[in-house]
Amino acid sequence: MKNYTIPEKELLSGGHLACAGCGAALGMRLALKALGEKTILVIPASCWSIAPGAFPHSAFDVPVYHTAFETGGSAAAGITTALEVLGEKETTVVTWAGDGGTFDIGIQSLSGAAERNDNFIYICNDNEAYMNTGIQRSSATPYGAWTTTTPAKNPKERPKKNMLEIMADHRIPYVASVTIAFPEDMIRKIKKAKGIHGTKFIHLLSPCPPGWRIPSERVVHVSRLAVRARVFPLLEIEDGERYTLNVNPDAIPVREYLEAQGRFDHLTDEEIEKIQSDVNREWRRLLKRTEFSSALFHANQR
Amino acid sequence: MKKVMTGNEAVAHGVKLSRVQVISAYPITPQTTIVEELSEMCADGRLQARFLKVESEHSAMASILASCTAGARSFTATSSHGLALMHEMLHWAAGARLPVVMVNVNRALGSPWNIWTEQTDSLSQRDTGWIQLYCENNQEVVDTIPQAYRIAEIVKLPVMVVLDAFVLSHTAEPTDIPDADLVDEFLPPFKSDFTLTSRRHQAFNPIMSPDYYMEFRHKIQEAMDQTKKVARDVDEEYERLLGRGYGVMEKYNWDGFDTVLVTSGAVTSTSRFVADELNREGIRVGLLKIKMFRPFPTEEIREVLGGLRKVAVLDRGLSFGQSGFFAQEIRSTFCNEEERPRIFGFVTGLGGRDVTPEMIREMIIHTLENDRPKEEIIWVGLKQ
Repeated sequence: MKNYTIPEKELLSGGHLACAGCGAALGMRLALKALGEKTILVIPASCWSIAPGAFPHSAFDVPVYHTAFETGGSAAAGITTALEVLGEKETTVVTWAGDGGTFDIGIQSLSGAAERNDNFIYICNDNEAYMNTGIQRSSATPYGAWTTTTPAKNPKERPKKNMLEIMADHRIPYVASVTIAFPEDMIRKIKKAKGIHGTKFIHLLSPCPPGWRIPSERVVHVSRLAVRARVFPLLEIEDGERYTLNVNPDAIPVREYLEAQGRFDHLTDEEIEKIQSDVNREWRRLLKRTEFSSALFHANQR
Repeated sequence: MKKVMTGNEAVAHGVKLSRVQVISAYPITPQTTIVEELSEMCADGRLQARFLKVESEHSAMASILASCTAGARSFTATSSHGLALMHEMLHWAAGARLPVVMVNVNRALGSPWNIWTEQTDSLSQRDTGWIQLYCENNQEVVDTIPQAYRIAEIVKLPVMVVLDAFVLSHTAEPTDIPDADLVDEFLPPFKSDFTLTSRRHQAFNPIMSPDYYMEFRHKIQEAMDQTKKVARDVDEEYERLLGRGYGVMEKYNWDGFDTVLVTSGAVTSTSRFVADELNREGIRVGLLKIKMFRPFPTEEIREVLGGLRKVAVLDRGLSFGQSGFFAQEIRSTFCNEEERPRIFGFVTGLGGRDVTPEMIREMIIHTLENDRPKEEIIWVGLKQ
């Protein structure tokens, strides 16, 4: 029998306001299990500004600092700097931001903090649109997806930003992608990030039942399809150059991932073909980077 | 110890004396020499603070609000566009009741680009819940920063200390650096009632329904009202310990005259000179310098200006479509009073145009010679 590696202690209570089956709720629950009690959460405007409940209630069993939309990086920098000045070394500062707060409005303050290598973990809860405001497109919305601002007759025409690579190119010590479909992998990576000094970036793919038009009970399933179809590879990038692929996907057709979601219902066969070829190209690119980093690593070892 | 220093150096000394623990700032002309001097002080250990070199003013403000919440005395400095970029977080600061201190070097806003002095940048932030203190000279600057922390930490509101671009920021004058031990006695170490720490599971700045929000707004207004007395008391205590006080306003050349010129900031010094000159010529005019713009010292203004016939107000800033900020505020102070002075609102010196003694003299003479103002704004020094 396999050992159960997920901590049992719950730091997110029931009664929170997230939607039924919310990927971000499962993600938060797992993240807090990995982080433990000595954590300060920083939450810029996002679903988790609302989900813990309104004053005077909170579903968190950790302290939380809510802050303005574009300040996920700068607010965490302020807290971690104050803790250093005050001699507090035990606490992990963790920003939990959405994809809008990360890819769009917050990218500047995140980039600033990463360039300074401020000591905190940044978790991007990526549900691929502005879900809290009602499913508007962000720069994390994938090509072809329906949102309320990219209607089916005029869906998004550009691919999503590669945020993982953008962050890795800051040469921060640790960057990793996680999903709730691989909870042991997610817990391990967050625990690893906790033990590293500097800026750590965790990219969490977070299916949103109303936004992705999927049934509540399919969130974990769709997360797994994203990994299997190579749409969302699970990997780690250390110091911007050491790549590790954690899960070798069985490369199911991307169509299976797309057809599991209502937001891609309008896609034509040609468009699905295009997405498949984009996914294949990105995967080859990732493999090359991984091989190169491995060659480089071995060269350095000699 | 007396030293010849610029206004920006005076800021750095004020910050050092206040034993600030976290500084976060982004460079902007004419504030830059503040952050340069503070960087030096942090680098060589004269100031035991961590300096976050952020990528924007928005991040500067966001980060000091966070560091202050986590229990560190925190500071930033900016000017003009930098202050405008912070606007969102200025509201946040007051809403979160954080006793941070910021220096703003008054500079005009674009478009078109202009780097010279004007008060519109700070005065247009008057509704954000910040206490605002305007300084006349570099001595007042260095003395005001420890006072600002003291006031902020008592009333739990942020304080903006304001000085003029170049006229103060880059002009050197003899300035006494207050004794550090006495400042320590005046300003105890920062202790917050609610500190963000992993030892206590609290939620800061959560969403708050209409059932609660309004009461918290009311409390900010109460704190502002409380500030009127606290600022005076703090200044008196500073004067007792360190020998210099400024009040929240200052009457100058006040000798039973029925006409007074109201000023703020560095132009007050020029106005003192003009008032002295006019008095020697037998032209009777007094001067009122307003240091504290927020909270606006309404009751005190009513008391000191209430019995006068005419008040000339010098505004180095403008709310387009209305008038100068100080003129608006002074007019509103008297709107329900039976006896009220005629208020002459002068707008001058925008974008750093020099406000000369001749121009100040023109304002005073105009006020004395006219029974009532013909327009809401009387422009002075405007080219035809």
